[in-house]
Amino acid sequence: MTDLTRLTAAEQSALLGAREISSVELTHAHLDRIAATDGDLGAFLHVSDIALTVAEEVDQARAGGVELHALAGIPVAIKDVLCTTDMPATAGSKILEGWVSPYDATPVALLRAARLIPLGKTNMDEFAMGSSTEHSAYGITRNSWDRTRIPGGSGGGSAAAVGAFQAPIALGSDTGGSIRQPAAFTGTVGMKPTYGGVSRYGAIALASSLDQVGPVSRTVLDSALLHDVIGGHDPHDSTSIPDAWPSFAEAARRGAMGESLKGLRIGVVAELDQPGFQPGVSARFHETLQLLAEQGAEIVEVSAPNFEYAVAAYYLILTAEASSNLAKFDSVRFGMRVNPGGSATVEDVMSATREAGFGDEVKRRIILGTYALSAGYYDAYYGSAQKVRTLIQRDFAAAFAKADVLVSPTAPTTAWKVGENLADPLAMWLSDITTIPVNMAGIPGMSIPIGLADEDSLPVGLQIMAPAREDARLYEVGAAIEALLDAKRGASFATLTPEYDGGNR
Amino acid sequence: MSDITEDTVRHLANLARIALTPDEVSKLTGELAAIVDAVEKVTAVATPDVPATSHPIPMENVWRDDVVADQLTAEQALTGAPDHDGSRFRVTAILGEEE
Repeated sequence: MTDLTRLTAAEQSALLGAREISSVELTHAHLDRIAATDGDLGAFLHVSDIALTVAEEVDQARAGGVELHALAGIPVAIKDVLCTTDMPATAGSKILEGWVSPYDATPVALLRAARLIPLGKTNMDEFAMGSSTEHSAYGITRNSWDRTRIPGGSGGGSAAAVGAFQAPIALGSDTGGSIRQPAAFTGTVGMKPTYGGVSRYGAIALASSLDQVGPVSRTVLDSALLHDVIGGHDPHDSTSIPDAWPSFAEAARRGAMGESLKGLRIGVVAELDQPGFQPGVSARFHETLQLLAEQGAEIVEVSAPNFEYAVAAYYLILTAEASSNLAKFDSVRFGMRVNPGGSATVEDVMSATREAGFGDEVKRRIILGTYALSAGYYDAYYGSAQKVRTLIQRDFAAAFAKADVLVSPTAPTTAWKVGENLADPLAMWLSDITTIPVNMAGIPGMSIPIGLADEDSLPVGLQIMAPAREDARLYEVGAAIEALLDAKRGASFATLTPEYDGGNR
Repeated sequence: MSDITEDTVRHLANLARIALTPDEVSKLTGELAAIVDAVEKVTAVATPDVPATSHPIPMENVWRDDVVADQLTAEQALTGAPDHDGSRFRVTAILGEEE
């Protein structure tokens, strides 16, 4: 029998619909895979103990003739930043160890309503602060392509789980690249929707004007199918866009037909295609552009001069908003409480708790954010960063006047070695240069795998960007490029994945 | 160059309610100075004629009807609390002896 975990969610869905497999079998296969590999991979912080029961209920409903959603019975992994009522939500932090939310995040509630099977919660940098998943309070996640490498971050757990066939699809969150960069590093697909396209209700906030929840998968169609489930307006999130959205799965299927690239204007952002990028990354990127041109796409160069200031502005805005958002961890309403003893006041308890509960990177960013917001510095730092944001939006507007989509390598390098960038926080921050402008402008961005770098045989990602609200365009173009590369390769990208012989969980 | 000193970091830590150790204060002072120098470049292009953007997709007046919605009950809200008396969160003294 075929290994069910190697199939895409769309393929699994077809088998479930045809009653050739049951959700219990499918869920079992993934739980077995997790048990056999996650001891070393470290993608999951918590594995659901009710997944098989939920799967059984879906099988019974199907047998009873109940009309089910196409993804009903499909297992899904959930980034630990999202609140869940049946599993803890720690956001990778000690301060929330063991905490179980009294309500489900909206994307999770929508998964349950469509009757997907939550498999577990995936590892992440603490409060999504990091680009390598090394800042989790619960240990690192490895890259299934090379166990000595990081899987990217902050959503390294979701990307690694999907890349290592522990789950066909997963939820992530992306504040400065946390869905797209791990996708690039693990050879998977990741989509950051338009800001406000997916509800953030129940997503533990990092930076509220940048955060966005989105799908992770091995194919563009699978992300589209998942996005169709989690997207749409939510009155619980006042930043949620009230517009109706087209079907993203339809857009992906249209793209895979092969007609979408003819005449498509593809803009190459000069500032995101630099000589300093890893040669193997640049080589795959330019090869792909050549291939697209051969299919009738028009490649145009565009310039975005203010992207140079994007990383600096991003870290001012992010830390300012994070210092405010993380004030809620006050030892009063939820999470850890450390009492230093004596006649400690509530403020003493608060300070002792936050000292013990937060990791180094979180403290560093809260202190910087507090500085950026403090009297006398607010205008120079936070105020200036918000102006840079306007300039970045203008750069994108000018670029989209010349191109239908913009492209760049998703990351300047392939996955780096565990520990390599830990000593220098600034170097780690600069690695996000390619993904950050998208969050600053609120536009959608997708990463798809385009090949392996010659130096290290590790995956390289292509980032595709579209104007705000044009998420469907990304699914169409992404699926078109994916189909082109699959046809050239004669197989899907996932078939290149080396066997992962990680230890038992 | 930034003007970050250990006193600055201690002041910020107090504002942020994090009881940093002396080692952390010393390490963060160096790191913060380097980071502030690196992010200072935003001031170069943030001229007075450029408006600020606080929110990537502008929206105004997001209201809902003034009715009780599916909010948490007091019991649900207390489930994750470190300490409570059944209806309220319980904390140590709000004011210190000298206050």
